[in-house]
Amino acid sequence: MIPEIGLAALWLAAALAVLQIASGAFALRAAGGEVNPLAIYARPAAIVQAFLAVLAFLMLLWAFAITDLSIKLVASNSHSMKPMLYKLTGTWGNHEGSMLLWVGVLALSGGMLAAFERRLPERTMGATLAVQGFVALGFYAFLLLSSNPFERLPVPAAEGTGLNPLLQDVGLAIHPPTLYAGYVGLSVAFSLAMGALLTREVNPSFARVMRPWVLGAWVLLTLGITAGSYWAYYELGWGGWWFWDPVENASLMPWLAATALMHSVSVLAARDALRTWTIMLGVLAFSMSMLGTFLVRSGVLTSVHAFAVDPERGAFILALLGLYIGGAFTIFALRAGAVSEGKRFAVSSREGALVFNNVMLSAILAIVLLGTLYPLLTEMFDVRVSVGPPYFNPASAIFAVPMFLVMAVGPLLRWKSDKPARLQFELALIAALFIGVIAVVSFFGQFPLLPLLGLGLAAALGVAAFLPLRGRAISRVPVATWGMVIAHFGVAVSLFGMACEGAFSQERLAAVAPGGTEQIGDFSFTLESVTPVAGPNWTAIEARLAISEDGGEPVILTPQARNFWSPPQATSESALLTRWDGQLYAVIGNQAEDGRWQIRVWWKPFVTFIWYGGLLIGLGGILAIAGRVKVDVRRRRAVAMGTVRRSDLEALDAASPVPAE
Amino acid sequence: MISQRKIGWFFVMLMAVLTVPLSAQDSLPPAPYAYNQLDDPRLESEATALMHSLRCLKCQSQSIADSDAPMAGDMRHQVRSRILAGESPSEIRSWLIARYGDYVSYEPEVSATTWPLFAGPIVLLLIVAGVLLRRLGKRRCDAGDAA
Repeated sequence: MIPEIGLAALWLAAALAVLQIASGAFALRAAGGEVNPLAIYARPAAIVQAFLAVLAFLMLLWAFAITDLSIKLVASNSHSMKPMLYKLTGTWGNHEGSMLLWVGVLALSGGMLAAFERRLPERTMGATLAVQGFVALGFYAFLLLSSNPFERLPVPAAEGTGLNPLLQDVGLAIHPPTLYAGYVGLSVAFSLAMGALLTREVNPSFARVMRPWVLGAWVLLTLGITAGSYWAYYELGWGGWWFWDPVENASLMPWLAATALMHSVSVLAARDALRTWTIMLGVLAFSMSMLGTFLVRSGVLTSVHAFAVDPERGAFILALLGLYIGGAFTIFALRAGAVSEGKRFAVSSREGALVFNNVMLSAILAIVLLGTLYPLLTEMFDVRVSVGPPYFNPASAIFAVPMFLVMAVGPLLRWKSDKPARLQFELALIAALFIGVIAVVSFFGQFPLLPLLGLGLAAALGVAAFLPLRGRAISRVPVATWGMVIAHFGVAVSLFGMACEGAFSQERLAAVAPGGTEQIGDFSFTLESVTPVAGPNWTAIEARLAISEDGGEPVILTPQARNFWSPPQATSESALLTRWDGQLYAVIGNQAEDGRWQIRVWWKPFVTFIWYGGLLIGLGGILAIAGRVKVDVRRRRAVAMGTVRRSDLEALDAASPVPAE
Repeated sequence: MISQRKIGWFFVMLMAVLTVPLSAQDSLPPAPYAYNQLDDPRLESEATALMHSLRCLKCQSQSIADSDAPMAGDMRHQVRSRILAGESPSEIRSWLIARYGDYVSYEPEVSATTWPLFAGPIVLLLIVAGVLLRRLGKRRCDAGDAA
């Protein structure tokens, strides 16, 4: 019964999406100041739809929790012996389930927009909800027609196949839902941008409505990417935190676009400039989200040919992609001319710096897009090429290095127009740090260029992030400004971690007999024993490594080589020793002929700063949202108070017909 | 029925033919430098850098430095022993490309099939310069006119 309820809820939600589109479209036909009688259904439709889509997802969650093996999806992705946590996270560890999560979050954010957003003109709101419904309808159709998560088996399976063991990890509990919520939060930004464009309402009050959605989506994307990177780092067992893998790029591209959009929408809200830019970035950001979903979900990455053999799903998403992106850019092209540029500004102004960096972010996005899609393109013509870090790193650095330098200075500039001469001290300080650090580090050894630049930039940015606070009363600094300071500082922290990992990492690979001792950096490690251990759904070989730093008290690390039996797969469970200044990363490999074990240990100085930085960036975003909401609430209260006072005055006037003169 | 059984037989034979060499390969001990570092740290870091930019052909998106596949082990052995024999990383890379094709190298080289990857950034630089000049350069004139 449970899957049938879920399926019915999905069909009903799809029907409501149609109502939402129609009703929203009628709002557009209303004359100024009036409300079209058919336009009142858009909001309730969006809200009820959110309930139904979330209900459908909860039904699937329940089916996974009780391991209902009569459902095809559960039987092919779950197992009755799996720990409960991984049964639940398994709900979105597969194609259908993750698409249902996608759609659930999409409907939920549409419902929240419809329920809580009262500031927009009704026509714009109607158009926005129509677009949101249109996007949702496409994905409902995708779920219902080509990947029904609730499909029953003719005969219930005796036992499930199990979940890929790499995905049986807490990292998976957080990473995909966070990322999806971020992807889908951008859909609201997209719908708002289209709504404003259709009704010609691209102005600061529209930007203030859009900003929390963009900020929220951006925070979630930031945290999702950070969690994903850390998950790949400790779970895949090769000590890398970013490989420019197409799946990683699929999450990075929306983030780059959202970063640019977030800055652009702030300029629009504060200064009424960059109107067309904001709209274009809004369309671009969600397009990248959908492209990411397509890349990850269509199977095109495993092999273009596999995709061509079984093209139903991939072709469906590709068609949706073409429809939405193509449609949006067509409307943009038709309407952009009607939207004026907005207020003007000089090159050396805060807007100028933001425009520069938005262009740089877009350029990096273009590089990542090219490098990700090009191998897929050539594969179609049976030419296989690989594009990896040696391409992405320098090609994106061409644009990233100037961007970071401008990022250090930008927040110090005034709006509209500023004289660089005013900032002599700050500019000198930033330049001195940048050049000084590079000079000092390269004096002590030979390091690759990019990590070296990264160290210099990290130092300059880390100090520059706090310069906007200079000469201000710390207690009076708005919360949103703190958000910016902390996010920018987080970028410096992250950069520092990446550069250190790139420049100073040490690796020790050794065949060690039990009792043998090896050295890496300041650490010595002794292989005490290798023993078999068993878990709920795996068996493993576990090494006991006694690690001692500078001959101090030893700490025990236990890396494992695990064998899962359902599905059968071997994974390497790394063991980490975290110090404030870095991490020791240990993996156990195979046993050699002579009985010695392959032990691989890395010392990665300050590698944790990469993710601390990511968390700081996310925290900055949260502070920015909090600050904006606070200001907004205060303003609303002031307006409400003003109305009350005015009505009181009017009442007084009415009571005393003869005004006192 | 007969034809089906024939096909089935054919498959069994095919599988037998295909799996024998594979399992034979698996049971061989890994080549010496697959899991052993070179003694000279400078040469080893050269080899590591190279290994990180070579694709493991048996895996999905992994470099040979990060893979436990037997083939990646053999390739690591090739890289380390050739570095030890005094070959330069770029020579080893071209040798591997000649053997396995462009796909093996994560560092694409300019060729008839990869030129758009390199033309892309250059075109992008021009576009970026153009956009910035249009958006910011014009403003300067306006500001100058207004002043």
